[in-house]
Amino acid sequence: MLLKDEVGMLQRVPLFSGIEPAKLKLLAFTSDRVSYRAGEILFRQGDEGDAAYVILSGKADVLVDSDSGPIKVAEIVPNSIVGEIAILCNVYRTATVRAASPLEVLRIRKDHFLRLMREFPDMTIEMVRVLADRLSHTTADLIDARSAR
Amino acid sequence: MEPSLARYIWTHTKKQQVGIVLIVLLSMIPYFMSFDLPKLIVNGPIQGRGFEQADATRPFLKLHYDLPFIGEVQFFHGFQLDRMQTLFALSFVFLLLVVINGLFKLYINTYKGRLGERMLRRIRFELVDRVLRFPPRYFKRVKSAEVATMVKDEVEPLGGFIGDAFLQPVLLGGQALTAMLFIMVQNFWLGMIAVVIVAIQIVLIPRMRRRLIVLGRERQLTARALSGRVGEIVDGIGTVHVHDTSNYERADIAARLGLIFKIRFDLYQWKFMVKFLNNFLAQLTPFLFYMIGGYLVILGRLDVGQLVAVISAYKDLPGPMKELIDWDQARQDVQVKYQQVVEQFTVEGVISPRIGALTVDDPGPMADPLSAINLSMADDGGAMLLDRISLQVKRGETVALVSTATGGAEALAEAFARLDWPNSGRVASGAEDLLELPEAVTGRRISYASSDVFLFHASLRDNLLYGLKHAPLTSVTYDGAAADQRRWNINEARRSGNTDLDVRSDWIDYASAGATGPHDLFEAIRRVLDAVVLSRDILDLGLRSSADLTRHSELAGRIVELRAALRTRLEHEGLSELVVPFEPGAYNKEATIGQNLLFGAAAGPELADRALAANPYFASVLKQAGLDRTFYEMGMEIAEQAIELFADLPPDHQFFQQLAFMSAEEIPAYETLLQRLKNRPYEGVSENDRAMIVSLSFAYIEPRHRFGLLSEELMGKIIAARNQFYENLPPDLQNAVERYDPAKYIAAATVMDNVLFGRVGNNHPDAPDRIRSIVYDILDELGLYSELLDVGLDFNVGAGGRRLTAGQRQKLDVARALLKRPDFLILNRPLSALDQRVQDKVLRNVLEEARRDGHSPAIVWVVTNPAMGMMFDRVVVFDLGRLVEDGTHETLLAGNGIFKELLS
Repeated sequence: MLLKDEVGMLQRVPLFSGIEPAKLKLLAFTSDRVSYRAGEILFRQGDEGDAAYVILSGKADVLVDSDSGPIKVAEIVPNSIVGEIAILCNVYRTATVRAASPLEVLRIRKDHFLRLMREFPDMTIEMVRVLADRLSHTTADLIDARSAR
Repeated sequence: MEPSLARYIWTHTKKQQVGIVLIVLLSMIPYFMSFDLPKLIVNGPIQGRGFEQADATRPFLKLHYDLPFIGEVQFFHGFQLDRMQTLFALSFVFLLLVVINGLFKLYINTYKGRLGERMLRRIRFELVDRVLRFPPRYFKRVKSAEVATMVKDEVEPLGGFIGDAFLQPVLLGGQALTAMLFIMVQNFWLGMIAVVIVAIQIVLIPRMRRRLIVLGRERQLTARALSGRVGEIVDGIGTVHVHDTSNYERADIAARLGLIFKIRFDLYQWKFMVKFLNNFLAQLTPFLFYMIGGYLVILGRLDVGQLVAVISAYKDLPGPMKELIDWDQARQDVQVKYQQVVEQFTVEGVISPRIGALTVDDPGPMADPLSAINLSMADDGGAMLLDRISLQVKRGETVALVSTATGGAEALAEAFARLDWPNSGRVASGAEDLLELPEAVTGRRISYASSDVFLFHASLRDNLLYGLKHAPLTSVTYDGAAADQRRWNINEARRSGNTDLDVRSDWIDYASAGATGPHDLFEAIRRVLDAVVLSRDILDLGLRSSADLTRHSELAGRIVELRAALRTRLEHEGLSELVVPFEPGAYNKEATIGQNLLFGAAAGPELADRALAANPYFASVLKQAGLDRTFYEMGMEIAEQAIELFADLPPDHQFFQQLAFMSAEEIPAYETLLQRLKNRPYEGVSENDRAMIVSLSFAYIEPRHRFGLLSEELMGKIIAARNQFYENLPPDLQNAVERYDPAKYIAAATVMDNVLFGRVGNNHPDAPDRIRSIVYDILDELGLYSELLDVGLDFNVGAGGRRLTAGQRQKLDVARALLKRPDFLILNRPLSALDQRVQDKVLRNVLEEARRDGHSPAIVWVVTNPAMGMMFDRVVVFDLGRLVEDGTHETLLAGNGIFKELLS
């Protein structure tokens, strides 16, 4: 997959959809292309967050530790980003991500990501919008969950 | 040291000085003969005097003298020569005299030069010898750069002066006196005028020069201070930047330079003023001759002939006078410099030469206990560090010195190591004062390491073995030219009062490290490095450096085995895709295009990095392979992409680390280049511009940069070009590149690259770490671990060891102290740069290593943490310069003293 295809992929990630292609290209160029085999771990719950990952191809499982061992809480498909919370808020990884099939990802380093946000306010606003959107969804889910009880 | 320069020179060179005067006097004979000869040639054969008849002959080389009382004595009748023959004969005699005079001059100059250089060598050696014997406290007050500049620069002018020190006054004084006498003979009163003027010169000029001397001294002091400050800036550069004081330093240096300028300019003004006056006085004499002499002639009291004779005789006076005065100036100049240096090097309490005398034989162990008796130590300001301490340490004992902030345990450690001298009381070994023992005993039987480490600008190995180099233990045998050179070295060293110890002898005292020779020393080194937990760091250094194949032939010899073992291991662990190996017939996608083309390691500047694209042979190979245009277009594409991506970013942006093609500073240059070349046909682009563009494509790695520029077809062409490149490699490039060969060790590459023989894939984030630990495992399995450690020991630690971290430096210092296997091991907060966990680990290892093989040294350790006291037989506690507690860890813990307080 070439740089320009990666840019196309990034554009399809909601978080980056509003950012102009030239900046996305820079983001892609300065990120590492990493491949994982099925079963390999991208990062573990409790690790320090040093990068976010954009899935280019393949699938990954999101696992959370529980008393009865890890529970799969979500599945990540191409064109989605994972691990961005930990690099935005300086918290430890809240879940483990494991490749469920051969996986191609773009690894965006924390300092690069923050630097881009600082330099391109458009991107930051877009990001805030997406996060706020997610928060309102989560809140709605929470209300649903409470009222259902 | 001798305070008077003249006496110093005379003491050491009187024979040579007399010799040179005699030789110069001897050289006067042909010199004056050559003056007389032109007259003989012109008057005789050319003008024909004595050859009035056509066939007249004259005797040539007739030796006859009129001796008093005996009358004329004839030694040789001479040859009878006619006019033409006489002309040739006399001309050849003239030529002969020219040659003889020239040879005399050559000999005299060489003689003087050698004399001066020998004296310079002697004085420099003496100065450094004194530095080696200064008492420890002196070094708290001097700047090293100032001492260096004294030894190097300030005594330098002495060398030029020494050859002339006695010769010039004798010679010039003689000439001046002769001229003066000659004037006096012509006319007494006119002669008296000349005498009076010369007397004025002699009295006045040196008086005026006094100021020059003062200025000269100031110049020397300010210049020395300047070099001290420059040295400080270099040593303290970190502090300067941390505090943004670079402009303060600039101002300070500018002020100093201003002062130096002012002094030097004053000096010049005075110098030329004096010169002017001197010339004026010299010219005043003929003025007086003309006026007074002329007046007397007109009055008829003096005859013209006498006046003319006096004036022409006077011609010979100013020359020697002027040179004599110049000599005097030079003398004063060097005298000032010499005195300045001698003053600085005259220090109270210089260590006697006996203490540092060379001892080749093993002085034997220090069996007696080391004791402080009523010992008081004070710092430079006079504050008490230790107050009448008495303490005894026996061999075999391990003692922890625990100290409060103002305890003074460090001062005791320094006193034990002789690094500082007692104010009162003493340190004794048995009954003898420690300071009276030769260093050959204390330096070999006592080891010391502290947090303040000094390492020499040399390899790790040299620094580690430094503590063993007490005396030359082998006599090296030299043959042929080397033997002559060695003899010459010895002779010259002795003539200049230098030592003739052979620095190339083997100075390493293997026995004290518990080894028998170079072959088993490595075991001892490895043990101490393991003890201080430094081996892994050194292995890393070894992996990253290229091995010296003359020393590490085993590594090279077993490289194939190593590479195979790595492949097998990677396959076994299912990690084969981490490394893409170099294969002669294949393209390595994880390597750059340049690496794929060259397929070897550049061993010289001709084919390295950017020079590769510009190399004419390489360019011709690309052209033949039809790749020149492809790479140019590829380079243009890369330039466009890179500029599009990066042009908006500030040059210090961290993204530039990702841009392998060009640096941030080069972006504007490439931008204009791109503009210029954009619509120009390939044929119209200059060689230089082509190389600039093509070199971009050489840094390209497809999986990493992902521009989509590499096709299967192109890879095939690159492999073909690679083969072509090596087929016709011209002889001048044979040594510029080492081709990758799976069966061969590549000397120009690092050990890691040699073992990998490939590139680590870009798409595995933790690949480098995993590979490194696998490589260590394999090296250990194949028994090459020590070989790699040895490669790492070649690493140069840089000035003051700055290429190592503070922790590594301290570990190395402890390893050096351990390697000596001393009777008393004194460690003064030796590992303060390390965290407590590592300190504890090293402490345990050191205690064990020091007592290996039944060795039982005393270990005195000033600990950074009282809890470390647990591991020692005895704990001694210091507070406010006093010894307050002394006992085992348990007893002190049971008591209710300071130690317990410190622990809690």
